Amino acid sequence: MSNATVAVAAKVNKDDIPFNPKVHYKKKPSDWVIDIIIWLLLAFVVIAVLYPLWFVIISSFSSPNAVASGDVTFLPKDITLAGYEAVFKNDQIWNGYLNTIIYTVLGTIVNLVVTIPCAFALSRAEFKARRVIMFLFTVTMFFSGGLVPTYLLYQQLDILNTPLVFILPGAISAYNVIVARTFFETSIPEELHDAAQIDGMSYFGYFFRIVIPLSSAIIAVIGLYCFVAHWNDYMTGLIYVTDTNKWPLQNVLQQILIVNASSSQSAASASDQQQIADQLKFAIIIISTLPLLVLYPFLQKYFNKGVMLGAVKG
Amino acid sequence: MATHMQSASVAVPGGSVSSNRPKPGFMSRLAYHLQRYWQLWILVAPGLIFMFLFAYVPMWGIQLAFREFEPSKGLTGGDWVGFKYFIQFFQSPLFGQIMWNTVRISLWTLVMGFIFPIILALLINQIGSKKVKGFVQTVTYMPHFISVVVIVSMLNIFLSPGSGIIGRFFGDTSLMGNSGAITAVYWISEVWQHCGWNCIIYLAALSGVDTSLYEAAKMDGASRLQLIRYVDLPAIMPTCTILLIMQMGSVLNVGFDKIYLMQNTLNQTATEVISTYTYKIGILGGQFEYSTAIGLFNTVINFLFLMIANGISKKVNDASIF
Repeated sequence: MSNATVAVAAKVNKDDIPFNPKVHYKKKPSDWVIDIIIWLLLAFVVIAVLYPLWFVIISSFSSPNAVASGDVTFLPKDITLAGYEAVFKNDQIWNGYLNTIIYTVLGTIVNLVVTIPCAFALSRAEFKARRVIMFLFTVTMFFSGGLVPTYLLYQQLDILNTPLVFILPGAISAYNVIVARTFFETSIPEELHDAAQIDGMSYFGYFFRIVIPLSSAIIAVIGLYCFVAHWNDYMTGLIYVTDTNKWPLQNVLQQILIVNASSSQSAASASDQQQIADQLKFAIIIISTLPLLVLYPFLQKYFNKGVMLGAVKG
Repeated sequence: MATHMQSASVAVPGGSVSSNRPKPGFMSRLAYHLQRYWQLWILVAPGLIFMFLFAYVPMWGIQLAFREFEPSKGLTGGDWVGFKYFIQFFQSPLFGQIMWNTVRISLWTLVMGFIFPIILALLINQIGSKKVKGFVQTVTYMPHFISVVVIVSMLNIFLSPGSGIIGRFFGDTSLMGNSGAITAVYWISEVWQHCGWNCIIYLAALSGVDTSLYEAAKMDGASRLQLIRYVDLPAIMPTCTILLIMQMGSVLNVGFDKIYLMQNTLNQTATEVISTYTYKIGILGGQFEYSTAIGLFNTVINFLFLMIANGISKKVNDASIF
């Protein structure tokens, strides 16, 4: 049996040049088993990721009672928009949403304005100071002053409890500088710089008129990284901002979703707060996450690109 | 512009051609450098300023760990007390518990967060159809963009005893309130969220494998599993090593926001880690020096681990990040 297979394979091999592995590679029985296992595992992964997300979506359209009693499994039950109505009526949430949008947009702009020129300058091989500067940036990836010195610094700069604390401190990160610098080094041909120099162009001219128009990919990558980071930022609000009117969405969410959930566990009484939270929680998860998930499929290729660029020189 | 070019052409031969002539002094070389590159310095300046202000000024403030804090005398004006606060931490009754929690949670997350993306990448790489591959990738990346607050509240919902879609299988035990289960809850949710994202880098390495290697292996009669074992795995090995070293540098870092949000009165003995403790005693409790000392201790241990991992890998694999 197995001899025959080998013989046939050998015979076909001789006749058919060039070699095409798809035609000649005959699957062994054990390979079929492996195939099935691989597909089962992948199916499991996809379901394990998608089902929780699906569950949140259908629960947001179901009545809180049906969700609480475990009746909602695959499809929404007792369809209602009460959760969304409650979200739209809640001023606290909209204030947080507005704050998040302001901090995210301004923060991302500051990130880009600081990071991209800096990375460009550091990508120029003739700029001898770049080695020292890169070293200083790399150190910040492994060393930091820690929580309290940072807090005291913000206190002295008087940016605690102001929108600036969301925008300024994260303006530059070593990782983003490395990613952008790698892009400039590998994706912008050096000939362009030579040509620009021959034409008597200064570095400013070269950067603004030649490099920037060619760098939309890296601007998108860094911009998206920063956008996501600002949008999901929760620690800044927790540690540095006590004025709840200045809180971004994530801190409002935490207040509604988690503080209430854990306090009710100990009190075991369904307070008004708890009822509001039950009604809101799925809708608010959807509304807060939606902008990122809607943007994401369109921008996926840029994210991938960013990871690759960062990987070239970790 | 003209004078710029002139001075440039004069300075270059002076520095390089004749070795008899004395080298131009530091000041003139600096002037030359600035004259040529001042525009690059302007481009780099905002980044440098932000880096110094927000990364290096706090590092200067680390000496607070060795001093008494006196608000009137500023950050570094207090009396020098040496290792007083470090000793206080080592002798604290909470020290053992906090260290054990930190190491346990972070090691579980580090090891699992390292293994699963590799497995997932190898699996995705086995998919022949481009469309299916794209679909699986898109789906598995998605959770990466969900915020920590939402993740933890989803955990609360899913794991709530009795009614949650996972919690109902565990009867009345609340997984979130169970100090024995919370480590698993932490690393499994971490893997769920970041596994797809973290495997991108391996998929990139796998897509670079020379297809003739597969053909040759198939000619030699390699099975599917053998192809994975002897072609795919070696191809991603260097990437694995580098990533592992990088992660060793955060061996004592348990993401503050997530564990802090997961904490409740029931699981606190298992979820109090260095980062949450420094926040509580430092910012909430106002013991600035003590908190700084613990933070510094954390950074130093991390750095040691990074250096050790880097050193071992240099010897064994010839791969290193420094």
